[in-house]
Amino acid sequence: MALIERPRTGDLTPAVATPEATYGAFRRPVHSTGWKSWLFTIDHKKIGIMYGVTALFFFLVGGLEALLIRAQLAGPNGTILSADMYNQMFTMHATTMVFLFVMPMAAAFANYLIPLQIGARDVAFPRINAFSFWCFLFGAIFINTSWLLGGAADGGWFMYAPNSSVPFSPTNGIDFWGLGIQITGVASLTGAINLIVTVINMRAPGMTFMKMPIFTWMAFVVQFLLVFAIPVITVALFLLMFQRSFDATFFTVEAGADPLLWQHLFWIFGHPEVYILILPSFGIVSEVLPVFSKKPLFGYPLVVFSGAAIGFVGWGVWAHHMFASGLGPISVAVFSVATMAIAIPTGVKIVNWTMTMWGGKLVFSTAMLFAIGLIVQFTIGGLSGVTHAVAPSDTQQTDTYYIVAHFHYVLFGGAVLGIFAGLYYWWPKIFGRMLSETLGKWNFWLMVIGLNMAFGPMHIIGLQGQPRRMYVWTEARAGEGFFNLGFWNLISSIGAFVLGFGVLIFFYNVWRTHFGRHKAPPAPLDPWDARSLEWMTTNPPKEINFDRTPVVSHLDEFFHRKYEDRGDDHAGYEPVATAEEVLAIEEANADDDVHLPSPSYWPIILAFALPIMAYGVIYNILLIAVGGIIVLLAMFGWALEPATAPDSDYDPPSDGGTDLELPTHG
Amino acid sequence: MADTAVHAAAGHDDHHADHGGHYTSTGLSNNKLAMWLFLGSECLLFGGLISTYMLYRGRHTANLGPDQVWDIPFTSASSFVLLMSSLTMVLAVTAAKRRDDRTTNVWLSVTALLGSLFVAGQVYEFTVFYREGLGYTTSLFSSSFYTLTGFHGVHVTVGVIMLLAVVGMIIRNRIPGDKAEVVELVGLYWHFVDIVWILIFTLVYLIPA
Amino acid sequence: MSDITETTTLGDGHYDQPNEAVKEAVDHEEAVISHDHDDGHWSDLQFVYLAIGLAIVTAIEVALSYMVDDLGALFLPLLLLLMFVKFFSVVLYFMHLKFDNRWFSILFYMGLFLAVGVYIAALLTFEFFTA
Repeated sequence: MALIERPRTGDLTPAVATPEATYGAFRRPVHSTGWKSWLFTIDHKKIGIMYGVTALFFFLVGGLEALLIRAQLAGPNGTILSADMYNQMFTMHATTMVFLFVMPMAAAFANYLIPLQIGARDVAFPRINAFSFWCFLFGAIFINTSWLLGGAADGGWFMYAPNSSVPFSPTNGIDFWGLGIQITGVASLTGAINLIVTVINMRAPGMTFMKMPIFTWMAFVVQFLLVFAIPVITVALFLLMFQRSFDATFFTVEAGADPLLWQHLFWIFGHPEVYILILPSFGIVSEVLPVFSKKPLFGYPLVVFSGAAIGFVGWGVWAHHMFASGLGPISVAVFSVATMAIAIPTGVKIVNWTMTMWGGKLVFSTAMLFAIGLIVQFTIGGLSGVTHAVAPSDTQQTDTYYIVAHFHYVLFGGAVLGIFAGLYYWWPKIFGRMLSETLGKWNFWLMVIGLNMAFGPMHIIGLQGQPRRMYVWTEARAGEGFFNLGFWNLISSIGAFVLGFGVLIFFYNVWRTHFGRHKAPPAPLDPWDARSLEWMTTNPPKEINFDRTPVVSHLDEFFHRKYEDRGDDHAGYEPVATAEEVLAIEEANADDDVHLPSPSYWPIILAFALPIMAYGVIYNILLIAVGGIIVLLAMFGWALEPATAPDSDYDPPSDGGTDLELPTHG
Repeated sequence: MADTAVHAAAGHDDHHADHGGHYTSTGLSNNKLAMWLFLGSECLLFGGLISTYMLYRGRHTANLGPDQVWDIPFTSASSFVLLMSSLTMVLAVTAAKRRDDRTTNVWLSVTALLGSLFVAGQVYEFTVFYREGLGYTTSLFSSSFYTLTGFHGVHVTVGVIMLLAVVGMIIRNRIPGDKAEVVELVGLYWHFVDIVWILIFTLVYLIPA
Repeated sequence: MSDITETTTLGDGHYDQPNEAVKEAVDHEEAVISHDHDDGHWSDLQFVYLAIGLAIVTAIEVALSYMVDDLGALFLPLLLLLMFVKFFSVVLYFMHLKFDNRWFSILFYMGLFLAVGVYIAALLTFEFFTA
């Protein structure tokens, strides 16, 4: 498909732009196929796919790191990893999974789905959107180059001071980590501002906030958390950079510093971050459950409100990560109560999901199984979470495997299962073919069995006192009988490999769907009988998303166009139109002359300058200047280039007809 | 239904010619929403830096603490300069709304000049402190002070570059989109830098440690 | 003032009839933009007066800082009050937030109050205000 096209009534062949008149320094890129069409794209759908592919790649990297850790701990006195390598491995496992898998995966869904769900043709700032993705990709690559340049970061993903100072970690690993997170932070911040403005300003006519699909709502809350949490970690990372690279003493106890400053800054960011990781998945299952229960979401306003409440209260609980640090009794009591309070809105959501399924005609598709899996597994993780909210109990659990068990149940059992539900649910929408349900069920069951085998025993291991982050355990202290650490460590390691196998089945499923002899046929238009606006498009959606800007009158607009409440007693909905018919009406009334924002070179150039500057901080200050000059030039190029190519860039040029311009500026 | 949509869109198009705006759900400009959101986000950045300074302001060597090194009359003068640059910025914005390019450029240039004067004052102040023996790594107080005011100084410098860029782009008529809005956006950023200094001036300089 | 608050609603709740929705949205936009053009616009002279006022407040602040001992317990609240006056004068008038759409206030104050809240709480745990 052409990147710039002007479909008009009666003439549906896309008109391709010619790279003639331009206001930027270069002629605009106009490639509509091949790798260049991806490199310079500003299409939210392509960017969403690139986010997703990159995130899934790093999921494999992080998974490999996890398997190495579990292989090391499968038996006593493991020898697969050295102590030093083990430290790098668990640090990078967490960093990869949090910053390079779950966050960008949520960004992938948000980028792809938000404009479709609100009936827009792109995000508010398409070029900034591309910039966010390239920042994320370059930042992620930058962090991982540390493996080849003297060793990766080894201080844990929370990088507690003063352990993160040069004397305790003399390699450049932590520098790479800090600067890399800074770059991916730029990606998150710009992406979040972009998506918030998109949701506020680009909803289709009639789509009020309380008619917005629930995934968009949850993603909206997450973007607010990002906008306000990222600057906090930015401060912390700058202090760390000045400490490590420019000899400041912000966290040096001998110089009179308070290492707890790092912990506060980190967790003021880190706790909202936890909700940044989980809320997108909550949004996904809130979309999946109603579709496969054939019922509307139970208590939509409550789900919206509890999501917002989680986001808000999430700012007042950060110190529960620090109960063992000597905060003083008053602080501990206050944060303990606040933490218990946050269980309420979370519980509300669980009840809403259960009530959505209650009395519904349940269809146990793979997506539905993953969604139900999330409810069950997340609830288990939530319950162990409440035991940490009780400070005296937490003091006993701090730094043991019990904590590891808890956050893997909420993150893997919550966030990751939600992501997989979303992948199976939206795969036909995004790629036009359906993943195999048979393989999907293998994928689901292996993952769920694997996750319970891997993380379940960690509760026991932890309560028995095995500390986190120890690279070996010894037979002499393993205990006896049911509570023998060796037995449960082995089970846990086997479980991790079962889990890994389940994940591989997903990738096999993807391969089989699109390539090979058993390639799946094109997916039907509306395979799940879905409810929200993104399904009112072709599979995959056209470049312009919607033939006609939809006018919205209901929550679950697409459902209400397919079904009507015929009976006076509101007994039930009767089908009035098929998805094909609904779409045919839109196509027949297509808007003419849609201006899509035009591709640009500048986002990728600007993003590329950031890792150059980051290498400069570590190796040579001159590189910072080089990167700075690129930044400056790219910004000028960007500023001088109109977001949408002027009419002279189009072929044929505008004939002065109705001109529906997209409200895009970025 | 389709007729209504097309009709309304056509009506909107006339509108568009008048205001240079686009249809949005709230009728507000995307750029301005993004700028305010960015400034909201910046509050947490400067909040963190100010808190770090507050925590560490008392941790210094005996004779090189805040109360010993501050030169209040000098800093008051440079604060005054920055405060007045907010006035000239406002005048630039109102001129831009009148589409008076010449006056806009004059006030933008004056604002950039005042901003540069403030940065120059900060460089001078840092030099004096450094000569008195207060290096970046001398104490926790000095590190956190230089970090906080340095971040603010970088923000002012970026603002000056933006102001000059806008002046150049107005002269060469190279601003894509709404000129008055571009000036207004730079103005919002500039005022934000000013209000951060209002906080720093009182909290860091005037209140004794 | 009253008509400002009427036209600067969040832009929702207008779309009961889908057929009317686009038209109403455009009408609404018109309303917002037109109010933007006549209300709350200060003349240049008014801005100059405000700037002079801010300069005077700054001068008072500086003067107060030389009278720490005389003012005793009054010093800190007085200085903070003047700081808030300056801060919000710039925000509300120079940055035009008082006359602008509520959305801008929501986005900015969300960040501002969150920052004040979390950092004061963090400093409290360091016993910054009591030690």
